[in-house]
Amino acid sequence: MNVSDVVVRARGLVKTHGQGQSRVRAVDEVDLEVPQGQTLTVMGPSGCGKSTLLHLLGGLERPTGGEVWVAGRRVDTLSERALARMRRRSVGFVFQAFHLVEELSAAENVELPALLAGRSRRQARRCANLLLERVGLADRARHLPSQLSGGQRQRVAIARALANEPLVVLADEPTGNLDTAATLDVLRIFEELRSAGQTLVIVTHDERVAATADRLVSMRDGMFVDDTRLAASHPRGLGGLIGLGD
Amino acid sequence: MQDAVLAMLAKEPSHGYHLRARLRQCLGPLGESMNSGQIYVTLTRLEKAGLVVCERADGLPERPERKVYALTPAGQRRVAAWLTEVGWPKPDLAEFHLKLAAAAAARLADPVELVAAQRRELLRRLREVQQAALAEPAGSGAGLLLEGVVLRLRADLRWLDACERAWSGADDEVEGG
Repeated sequence: MNVSDVVVRARGLVKTHGQGQSRVRAVDEVDLEVPQGQTLTVMGPSGCGKSTLLHLLGGLERPTGGEVWVAGRRVDTLSERALARMRRRSVGFVFQAFHLVEELSAAENVELPALLAGRSRRQARRCANLLLERVGLADRARHLPSQLSGGQRQRVAIARALANEPLVVLADEPTGNLDTAATLDVLRIFEELRSAGQTLVIVTHDERVAATADRLVSMRDGMFVDDTRLAASHPRGLGGLIGLGD
Repeated sequence: MQDAVLAMLAKEPSHGYHLRARLRQCLGPLGESMNSGQIYVTLTRLEKAGLVVCERADGLPERPERKVYALTPAGQRRVAAWLTEVGWPKPDLAEFHLKLAAAAAARLADPVELVAAQRRELLRRLREVQQAALAEPAGSGAGLLLEGVVLRLRADLRWLDACERAWSGADDEVEGG
């Protein structure tokens, strides 16, 4: 693999929590390379370290050991300021609990990252409108988060994550608080992003979300225990899958 | 059932009644519907197919229950193939359950690995079905069918999680208790 095609890379990544006897290795010697355009999902039970891993990759937490590289640049050693700038420019985050600013409208929430990155109010507004249209919420632009359903709020959060055209979108249990219909809306957006070549890393324990990926890694006790390419097509086609070929 | 019986013989040559007892232990109340002759019918078929050989134990030549059955090399190959085979859309839960138990009893394969292989295959299928489901317009009949397939696959995947949890801690227990 060409090194320049790797968007996110981790080497010997370790994160420990706690002290002495209660010390836990949340992430234990993880190596990972996510190439440009790949959708990777990380699956595992609660407490297996998958959210911590995502935080380390996105520079929200610093590792205890090992290295994190984003777009060919080592980021775990950056100053706080440089790290914050890297997050703003290169990474889009989507969280289980949406984390929208409740006092701002949907459009204003989506504008925020662009404004923080120094773009003009007009540019930010234009970009926000396009993104809200992309997630099917053009008609909700002026609504406050409290006036939106859970699924709509998460779609606003995804639009916000895309505001600065990030190299990678990191999503932590993006459907954890959503019902089936809203989950499908979010999956549809991820599927569109995937086909558009957006690099995505999604942490989930929902098989349905996991199955949208090109590649799935399973995590247990801070380590990867399985690494599967899902992109292989079934030789008998969809009909074969449900037994119509028999 | 033939494959499960073969895989049990991979542990050691056995009498028919012993095999039946192991099957019933593995299946619990689900095994109660098996009649006593079924195991001998299966063993006779396997013998005709050249997958097992039958030897009469010394001393009591005419008593059928004294027959000891053992795998032939062809039988061993069939067991190895069966262990790695992934079955869906007609998931036979009992068959998979027996496969894990037999693999562990004969130390032929790590049950946790067999579960992982099955999970990988089901996830590939889930991905394919789900992509098709997402592409269907709302309210389409095909979408409804695909949703049913998605739900079945998810149920199977959850059961595999339970299998993994059970067998991860069962290194010293054979036959899954």
